[in-house]
Amino acid sequence: MEQFREIWRTFRRRPIGIVGALTLLSVVFVAIFAPWLAPYDPDEKIDVEPGDLLAPPDAGHLLGRDDAGKDVLSQLIYGARVSLTVGFVASFMSMFIGTTVGLVAGYFGGRIGNALMRVVDFLMVIPDLPLMLVIISLWGRGLWKIILVIGLLGWTYTARLVRSQVLSIKERQFILRARAIGAGSLRIIARHVFPQVLPLILAEAVLDISGAIIAESSLSFLGLGDPTLVSWGMMLNFAFERAISRMAWWFLLPPGFAIIWVSLGLVLMGSTLEEIVNPRLKSHHLFDPRRMVALVAGESASQRISE
Amino acid sequence: MALLDVRNLSVDYLTDDGTPLRAVEDVSFSLKQGRSLGLVGESGCGKTTAMLGVLRLLPAEGRIVSGEVRYRGVDLLRLSEQEMRKHRWNKIAIVFQGAMNALNPVRTIGDQIAEPIMLHGAATDKKAASERVGELLEMVGITPEMARQYPHQYSGGMRQRAMTAMALACSPDILIADEPTTALDVMIQAQILDLFQHLQKQLGLSIILVTHDLGVVAEICDDVLVMYGGRTAEYASVDTIYNEPLHPYTQRLMQAFPDIDGPALKTSLASIPGYPPPLDALPPGCRFEPRCHRKSDVCAVESPPLVAVKPGHYVACHFAEG
Repeated sequence: MEQFREIWRTFRRRPIGIVGALTLLSVVFVAIFAPWLAPYDPDEKIDVEPGDLLAPPDAGHLLGRDDAGKDVLSQLIYGARVSLTVGFVASFMSMFIGTTVGLVAGYFGGRIGNALMRVVDFLMVIPDLPLMLVIISLWGRGLWKIILVIGLLGWTYTARLVRSQVLSIKERQFILRARAIGAGSLRIIARHVFPQVLPLILAEAVLDISGAIIAESSLSFLGLGDPTLVSWGMMLNFAFERAISRMAWWFLLPPGFAIIWVSLGLVLMGSTLEEIVNPRLKSHHLFDPRRMVALVAGESASQRISE
Repeated sequence: MALLDVRNLSVDYLTDDGTPLRAVEDVSFSLKQGRSLGLVGESGCGKTTAMLGVLRLLPAEGRIVSGEVRYRGVDLLRLSEQEMRKHRWNKIAIVFQGAMNALNPVRTIGDQIAEPIMLHGAATDKKAASERVGELLEMVGITPEMARQYPHQYSGGMRQRAMTAMALACSPDILIADEPTTALDVMIQAQILDLFQHLQKQLGLSIILVTHDLGVVAEICDDVLVMYGGRTAEYASVDTIYNEPLHPYTQRLMQAFPDIDGPALKTSLASIPGYPPPLDALPPGCRFEPRCHRKSDVCAVESPPLVAVKPGHYVACHFAEG
């Protein structure tokens, strides 16, 4: 409970963090309440007239219509669901795998560590996007397949990052002290090493979420998205193929801005999160009011001078 | 029976190409309940290595080659890692050099002191553990409320005292203090030493004090083990070491230490020329031979054995008879 209050206090002191959180929460809100917020149902069968195709924005369709005469705003709102799901689930997967591999490889080292790092090297030298393209085109298209592919291929960088940090942390003296206490390896990793790499992982996760959203967008943009769902990448794909030649900016720009909006919110939030999990960034012992004897004395001295 | 009996402990460090370097050779000592032993010598003499060997906490390159570490008759070197873990902190606790680095910067002091308490089952629930933490902090003169603070919010002396509190968490029999006062100013040093003496009387603790400060040793210790180049140079009671040191190295160490009560410093403070030998170029004979003021030909070829010149006074020097 005390910890939650602490987190809340730190957050309140950082307006940037609040802006970031609100930016992200607004999208989460939109994604959750999409059916109530969207003016139209994207699956709804509609009768279109030739004039409706790529119609510019008007009162009934705030962001205009796409090449099939459907409301762009509604697609954008429903697209938030797909993009956020992919972003959060895939990056959670890759963070989990990457952190575990990094901790094990860094802490135990030796043969296990070497073997794991060779796997990482192997996956790293293969460019991600072409590999995803190959896997998806062989395996078939579908939301969960996309999530799995992004999640299972995206952990290598995290693993390296965590491993290098662990290599340095495990040589620190408090690790030796933890061993002297009689703690076993698992306990040391969980209680002493992991908290040290947590800020790094959070900062990385924030980037990774937007990375996963962009990866999904790229796949969809290249025509390998889940055909039954409209994501922001899918919208970009359609817009790029069919609308750009007609100067239909209202179809192209919104999904692009939506991706930027989410990424921005995550990055702004990331810096504040880092501060919360890293107590060293919070305060120094000399700034503790209970220990500010010298400063208080100095203050009264300066007051006397001014009087 | 001695509480801790170390017999002929030898430790090697392996270099990258696998060549073993002898860091500690044939070190023996024993520690009785409620007594304290000073382990002195220059930096790089194997003091810390010997202590890490006792707790089996050597770095990956370290190997205990031979010897016995008997704690209440049980050879710690023969225990399984699992059993050894139960002895660490519970029976033998260690305060490392430089308390600032031995505390995890991202966890509160209280949390870290509670860790060994919970780990060794000295308290059954979190509430009891935090009560014990408060008790321990109070014992070392820190208000219990400060348990919620992080190491960087503590001053250097407070961190050292917090480490001492942590060392006492499981009421160990033996406390190994590895240069507990280095990097602290003289006032704080005095406080920490007072604390040690006080705790020793109060809890019947046995202390091994690793230091190169002979003043500290004189104040606290009952016995002194002087190490040089990984070997025992001299081992005797503190009075013997101070009043009739027989090993040239001990004599030189004593001269290098200013005596405030003695006649005013007419001569400049003596220093021992040269450095302790590097592990990969140990002299073939006596380790101290290159720096010794009493050496003769035999010293360069033959390593002097550790002999008892008197009951309880051991010296490793060809000219020890005095």
